Amino acid sequence: MFDNAYFNLGYLDTLSYGNTVIHRLDPRAKLLATLAFIVTIVSFPKHEITGLLPFLLFPVLLFSLGDIPAKFILKKVLYVSSFAVFIGVFNPLFDRQTATSFFGLSVSGGWISFLSIMLKFFLTITVALLLIATTSFPGVCHALQKMGMPEIFVSQLLFLYRYIFVLVEEAMKIVRARDMRSFGGRGLGVKPAINLFGTLFLRTVERAERVYQAMLSRGFTGRLNTPRTYCLTIADALFVCLTIFFLYLFRTQDIVGFMGRVSMRVLG
Amino acid sequence: MADALLSPAVGATFWAGTLGTIAYCSKKLKENLDEKLIPLMGVFGAFIFAAQMINFTIPATGSSGHLGGGLMLAIVLGPHAAFIVMASVLTVQALFFADGGLLALGCNIWNLGIYPCFIAYPLIYKPLVKPGSSSGRIMVASVISGVIGLQFGAFSVVLQTLLSERSELPFNSFLLLMQPVHLAIGLAEGFVTAGVINFVRAARPEILESAYSARPVSAAISIRKFLAGILIATVVIGGALSWFASSNPDGLEWSIRKLVGSPGLREAERSATPALTSLQGKTALLPDYNFRQSGEQTNRGVDSGPASHYGTSVSGIAGAGLVLFVVLLIGMMIRSVRRKSF
Repeated sequence: MFDNAYFNLGYLDTLSYGNTVIHRLDPRAKLLATLAFIVTIVSFPKHEITGLLPFLLFPVLLFSLGDIPAKFILKKVLYVSSFAVFIGVFNPLFDRQTATSFFGLSVSGGWISFLSIMLKFFLTITVALLLIATTSFPGVCHALQKMGMPEIFVSQLLFLYRYIFVLVEEAMKIVRARDMRSFGGRGLGVKPAINLFGTLFLRTVERAERVYQAMLSRGFTGRLNTPRTYCLTIADALFVCLTIFFLYLFRTQDIVGFMGRVSMRVLG
Repeated sequence: MADALLSPAVGATFWAGTLGTIAYCSKKLKENLDEKLIPLMGVFGAFIFAAQMINFTIPATGSSGHLGGGLMLAIVLGPHAAFIVMASVLTVQALFFADGGLLALGCNIWNLGIYPCFIAYPLIYKPLVKPGSSSGRIMVASVISGVIGLQFGAFSVVLQTLLSERSELPFNSFLLLMQPVHLAIGLAEGFVTAGVINFVRAARPEILESAYSARPVSAAISIRKFLAGILIATVVIGGALSWFASSNPDGLEWSIRKLVGSPGLREAERSATPALTSLQGKTALLPDYNFRQSGEQTNRGVDSGPASHYGTSVSGIAGAGLVLFVVLLIGMMIRSVRRKSF
């Protein structure tokens, strides 16, 4: 599980350095569009299903335009041990009132709201993962800073991101060493684990001291500078405007109902 | 907490609270900035990540029990820096592991950051533990703080879910589900935190001592002020949210119908709400918040014949199918065009 999570982190990072239309958009534009999308999805009432379906267009566009392997992201979405699923499962238990009938089969309101939660979960999580798969993490941090996040928080994010890879590797070594010396599950309890945490803690502090000295000798003054500059282009503005326009359209118009009427007319 | 269980009002409210706290902590850190703290914070954030990778055999359950998170950070770095580190860890988790989602991130930072850093640590741990305290005392203080912090966190998850009105779980059952599970997690968190602190104290006591002395003496007062601020904000936000919730005809009407089961009451109730509904229409982010819902409800309320039901479901399925088909077609077309162009 742990190797897997680590690999995913690295793979997402690799994906984010692609060079497609979506990758080239300014991080601010993508962040804004993603947030607008999530808020729109979440604003749907409890029993909405059909209204949510047209919104699948946004992730599909990002997948195909950004050249992101759909299988990888979808696997990750399934893999997320979801609080939403855990809590949503209770809806069919508590709301057994028949809400609608479906070809003579009565469907309770609980199942409808459960399905609605699942759809919302799928849409919001997929889009959040697509944001980071098409935008480098330093790019996201830069966007946050430009949008008014305090500098200390942004540099904290950048530092954290840099050192996750280093320290996780160290933790991996520790775990591997422990597991190799453990026979029949001995030494896997809390007490030895605490000692391992402590060791890792001390190594962390020592590493921080070395990092600080290295930074000082390179002229660190308390702020991080990025060599790359971002600027908003017409494409970015167009992307944001189009996204918001379609979000509004899909939110206010009954697209599925319209398509249903169209298909009915065509069929008969 | 997860995006799918949140309403925009609740998500935005907690984001506002979280952003305010991040800004406050950044300001506090900047005022007496020790340059050394910046790399230390960054590396400690990564430490929390790495520590989560070291698993141990204990019957651990729960959704987001981030072991050795907020409390340990607060003890080592002080509450302000600890909150910033916690927020950054949760942000990376939300982005790369899709843990919860981006709207729920505000709630998650609040639940896992505010309570350990600004309630459990300053109000429980700090008064109990002095630099010369015995390791047993550290253990007791840290277990109590761990439990209290996580109980607050679990309670606020329940509150956020209920205010959002996406889940059907009744308040009592949800509370009974969450609090005991997080009691176990809190005990484990406190136990492990104390173990690590004692280990570090035995090996390199100067690390913790410098952390004690580095903290400004006036911090306690400002924390109290800050807590008072939070309390006021909670009351105001709670009031505003409950007003939101009660002015939303959907949830209330529905629960009344479920409780009483008489349409007469619903009608009486409905006649009283137009003013509120129109008010909500003006204040809501999206003006048609309840538009389709009310349509669906009248559909449900009026018992039309099976024929019309049949008609609507066929047309609904055809429409949904067509939408999905068009969406997939667009995706596949773009993909094949891209393949060819390379």
